[in-house]
Amino acid sequence: MIDILLSLLILTGAIFTLIGSLGLARLRDFYTRLHGPTKATTLGVGCLLIASAVYFSVREEGVSLHEVLVTLFLFITAPVSAHLLAKAALHLKVKSLAAMPPDNDAPAD
Amino acid sequence: MLETVIPIAFALVSLAFLLSFWRLLKGPDAPDRILALDTLYVNTIALLVLLGIHLGSAIYFEAALLIAMMGFVGTVALCKYLLRGDIIE
Repeated sequence: MIDILLSLLILTGAIFTLIGSLGLARLRDFYTRLHGPTKATTLGVGCLLIASAVYFSVREEGVSLHEVLVTLFLFITAPVSAHLLAKAALHLKVKSLAAMPPDNDAPAD
Repeated sequence: MLETVIPIAFALVSLAFLLSFWRLLKGPDAPDRILALDTLYVNTIALLVLLGIHLGSAIYFEAALLIAMMGFVGTVALCKYLLRGDIIE
């Protein structure tokens, strides 16, 4: 029973990690590429870390809490680094595929 | 069942690692490369956790935690450098 749960969690985590990196490699501009890894890899690594916590809690006496520390740290820092990366990209004026918003302040002619 | 799943998971995460590395080498702009480096840190944590389960040893979490912390600090420092031209003002 625990074995099936662990296998499912590990496979889900690995597949999500792969999807995140696939998004990083295949999407076409920086702002869409930012979306792929920041969401998918935190979920993927989250699943793997939960699997690891369950595995070591079952195998050894007592609850294993190291993994929760890593999960918490990743979940707190991933949005911060994504925000900083987006700010840096906007500062450097990295090209986006999205159309420019309509300019409402322009004087009508 | 775990004995068959873990090698498959290793293969999938290693493929993810190679895809991120390809973006690190190719990435047209500096933020692309920093994002690829950040993804490489996360993939490394996944590989270390899998190795820990595979070998049945809890030592690898300290390494994973250190990589998570140093990776975050590195990403923030590189972004700060791109934003301000300086890291500690």
